[in-house]
Amino acid sequence: MTAVVDTDPAPVPGLRAGAFGNATHLVCRECGASTALGPFYACTECFGPLEAGYEFPAITRERIEAGPRSIWRYAPLLPVPADIATFRSTDPGFTRLVDARNLADDLGLKKLWIKDDSGNPTHSFKDRVVAVALSAARELGLQVLACPSTGNLANAVAAAAARAGIKSVVLVPANLEQQKILASAIYDTTLIAIEGNYDDVNKLASEIAAEEEGWAFVNVNVRPYYAEGSKTLGYEIAEQLGWRIPDQVVVPVASGAQLTKIDKGFRELIKLGLVEDKPFVIFGAQATGCSPVAQAYRAGLDFVAPVKPNTIAKSLAIGNPADGPYVLDVVRRTGGLVADVDDDTLAASIQRLARTEGIFAETAGGVTVGVTAKLLSDGVLDPEAETVVINSGDGLKTLDAVADRVGPKITIPPRYEAFLDFWKDTNS
Amino acid sequence: MSATVRIPTILRTYTGGVGEVSADGSTLAEVLDSLENNHPGIRARILDDAGALRRFVNVYVGDDDVRFIGGLDAKVTEGTKISIIPAVAGGADG
Repeated sequence: MTAVVDTDPAPVPGLRAGAFGNATHLVCRECGASTALGPFYACTECFGPLEAGYEFPAITRERIEAGPRSIWRYAPLLPVPADIATFRSTDPGFTRLVDARNLADDLGLKKLWIKDDSGNPTHSFKDRVVAVALSAARELGLQVLACPSTGNLANAVAAAAARAGIKSVVLVPANLEQQKILASAIYDTTLIAIEGNYDDVNKLASEIAAEEEGWAFVNVNVRPYYAEGSKTLGYEIAEQLGWRIPDQVVVPVASGAQLTKIDKGFRELIKLGLVEDKPFVIFGAQATGCSPVAQAYRAGLDFVAPVKPNTIAKSLAIGNPADGPYVLDVVRRTGGLVADVDDDTLAASIQRLARTEGIFAETAGGVTVGVTAKLLSDGVLDPEAETVVINSGDGLKTLDAVADRVGPKITIPPRYEAFLDFWKDTNS
Repeated sequence: MSATVRIPTILRTYTGGVGEVSADGSTLAEVLDSLENNHPGIRARILDDAGALRRFVNVYVGDDDVRFIGGLDAKVTEGTKISIIPAVAGGADG
């Protein structure tokens, strides 16, 4: 933070015109108070989270379709400058929307697509949000891109900073698995191991963000911009379906920002006349070992009681999800709900998706596929409705989840007879 | 009991720009009362109208999130460090 915020802060000095595109202000999602665009993230009135607000001009499908095959085709809908595509970034997005007929048949669904975000530059949806955060950092004159993380976010921050040629700092728990440390350290980021658990790392990050000038903690002090990157998942799904919003979507819930921003993206497309106005239902998916939002939904609450995470789905292991209350609002408004599956089911669901569609999802993808199956068998999900399931990351990042479940069928000596014996038995 | 309280940037308008202040009390509620006496208006930014911790503020006594150790009844001992932090980051986040 560069300044103490009062109730009506002046714009940050030195901001160029159009630094945040069509975004005009920040607005508190709790009390509605307005704040000028700047490195601000918490409402001065009530601590509520700030969100970008816009005044959109007329935007056409043709203009979007003529844009780059990345999230920057939607630049007019994001808090980024019009010339964003000229800056060096990882250019994430426009990942494939897979027509998942085999899995649909297996589940008993009429029409199913997997939005496969493992195809991003560092293999998770985090590249989308970090690219928008990087733009905000640049426009605000912040020199260090930073994050507290345990995996996907760290990879995305380190890679984006490397590509942009700026300094990055990644805070991780000291006991993090070596694979995950290497996958960030390879980008020559300043990786700092913290003696503590995830919660300790996050607390420290929040304190650093409050004290150090010139730092952009992507998911803390530039979060109002960062989070907007997830809207592009909604835009892409609609465009790839031929400018149509699907009937129902199943989204993983960690902080909850992805789910609320997909909803925001759909609503913006409707408002701008880019898609037909129709109802859609959004379902949230959590792992049972960290399911505070699902528990709050079932209890009929409009707030979320924090939990201590205990699940193999580490990328969803946020015990105190900042956007939890807003997830509850969205699923209730659209007629959906939040459900959870246990670790065994999510691991089996990773296998199911791989077996039927050739897509190797990380644990969060196992959670969305598992919850989709559960909601179908519970009669909640409509089997006749067009359904999109989000896979937010790559299974190569969470190999441990399936390490005990798959492997060689047999080990044999290198002789044809041995192979034949096995093959005959297998196919008899 | 005297505790040290770290004040987030957005509340420093109440502490004259100071990021760390002292406050007395044997529970978090008492510490917040003490803060309010020294810096009038600050408590209403941390607690809602019903006197409960606001949804989007996290308070730590030592290293513990007070929501796990009794909320406003959390015990405060001599020299304890208390941190008040906006709850926006909220977790491992991938």
